[in-house]
Amino acid sequence: EEDKYGVYSNLLFKYFLAEGVVCGHDLFIASAQDPPANILKELPAPLLDNFKTEQVEATATKSEDCQDSMQIAWRYQNVPKVETSPTTSIKFGHYYDVSKKMSPELLQSIKWHSFFLPDEMPLEPKLKMCNMNSGYARLLQSIQSVIYQEGFDGSHPQKKQKNILRIGIQSLGSLLWDDDICSTNSPEDIHSLTKFLYVLRGLLRKSLSACIITMPSHLIENKAIMERVTNLSDVVVGLESFIGSERETNLLYKDYHGLLHVHQIPRLNSLICDVSDTKDLAFRLKRKQFTIERLHLPPDLSDTVSRSSKQDLAESAKLLSSGCGAMAIGKKHLDF
Amino acid sequence: QGKFTLLRDSRTDGSFLVHHFLSFYLRAGCKVCFLALVQSFSHYNIVAQKLGVSLTAAKERGQLVFLEGLKSCLDLVFGEEEQSGQPSPLQFISGSVSNLKDLFDFVRTSLTPSDSDSWKGRVLLVDDLSVLLSLGAAPVDVLDFIHYCRMVVCSQLKGNIVVLVHGNEDSEDEENKLVVTSLCHHSNLILWVEGLATGFCKDVHGEIKIIKRLSLESTEQDVIQIYQYKIQDKNVTFFARGLSAAVL
Repeated sequence: EEDKYGVYSNLLFKYFLAEGVVCGHDLFIASAQDPPANILKELPAPLLDNFKTEQVEATATKSEDCQDSMQIAWRYQNVPKVETSPTTSIKFGHYYDVSKKMSPELLQSIKWHSFFLPDEMPLEPKLKMCNMNSGYARLLQSIQSVIYQEGFDGSHPQKKQKNILRIGIQSLGSLLWDDDICSTNSPEDIHSLTKFLYVLRGLLRKSLSACIITMPSHLIENKAIMERVTNLSDVVVGLESFIGSERETNLLYKDYHGLLHVHQIPRLNSLICDVSDTKDLAFRLKRKQFTIERLHLPPDLSDTVSRSSKQDLAESAKLLSSGCGAMAIGKKHLDF
Repeated sequence: QGKFTLLRDSRTDGSFLVHHFLSFYLRAGCKVCFLALVQSFSHYNIVAQKLGVSLTAAKERGQLVFLEGLKSCLDLVFGEEEQSGQPSPLQFISGSVSNLKDLFDFVRTSLTPSDSDSWKGRVLLVDDLSVLLSLGAAPVDVLDFIHYCRMVVCSQLKGNIVVLVHGNEDSEDEENKLVVTSLCHHSNLILWVEGLATGFCKDVHGEIKIIKRLSLESTEQDVIQIYQYKIQDKNVTFFARGLSAAVL
């Protein structure tokens, strides 16, 4: 769920994609407003380049083990943390420097696909698509053909190296996607979005892919839609920024730029799920880093929530505060 | 036999009950028709294995008829025109029909006894019903579907039906509320799972309210029992309120 001006949600969206680049995954970027090529150019630069090759091997072996792991992650916080000492066994993700852009060489090392709604041809009338909004229908077709042609669903077994497709969809449901759920209380078609999500869920479940979607949910007046959307997703995270709200001046929040609400975590392949101890998370954007921390009192004490995950099914908040930069968080949902 | 059980969850995930009933009925030797609308087959299979049942084996011996909704929907949306002439069980998603008759036909053909089978009972299990509304079905179509299923499964075949719905009390989804309320009135047994009002707790995952209807016709009081529970990897433990192991 996007924050009101989309500032921080865009940042996390880019983190998700950047992690994909560093891990050597394929990317699929869909948007109705910013051209995907521009989004790609603005990805943050990773801090340690030599992690990349190790990570690619680690991810390749992990994806071998699990055929069906895929998720729809909304707002999935994927700001990864890195162990600076190479001896630790758990290694997920990388650090990024948001003040720098990712180098073009690194971007060229991966394959990426894009979907930019203004550039797409309108759907042919004879293609039925379940009475869905044509922008969504077109996007589904595009995703499905990439998955099929690139073999993410196992349809080209002669490809030796299995890879993962990271899909990022920006501002789904907004007016730019030709959907009026954000602009009126009684939209013309309330089912397009949920049908889209259901079909997308099916596509993700049968392929080696993961998807992050940002949505301007604060604009959707019909709350029933958000409830249904939440039920159809694996992970739902909402960002609430303090910009322009009365919380900006609240002393409790003075160190932070906003709150992070975890609405849903996945419970896949298991009866239980990994839930962190706390649900009070706040984020802040420093010059070089975006961090997510547990909201605590008094502000100058720090807590560490350590999370060892055998399940790798939930995100966690890990707070390390130290002089050389606090890090955060996220559990990598792609750790199969 | 011939019972309708409603599983309802609010502010939490009640799917552990679905896993329980699935393995329970399979172990009991019943023929099960499972409409798995929200997760993949392998998800249920992995959990069922932890509970001691193999869904693959059950499918192979004809004990389990599994409708993988996500896959079926993909076939409908991206597939070629159907060759066999039989409509997909989820045909209503395409908008060509507005009711759930195809889904009902699927259920009926799956559970109708043939000469060769000797299963001890028939069960229809649905996970979950609320998603049908998200896919464009009207509440009245959903209720009609359940009504027809009851006629066939409960009355005719003397089997049981277990259905999961999502239903927060403060939900703004009026259509869903309508379906849930209507089903509540017609259920023999309601298992209502709720997250704790005080928020998340590591040792108590939620509360379950068991409402047994003694009789659907008369106005006898329902029997209500409340327990709290904690979900573990292969098991769920239930205990009386306030008596979690962590507290004692």
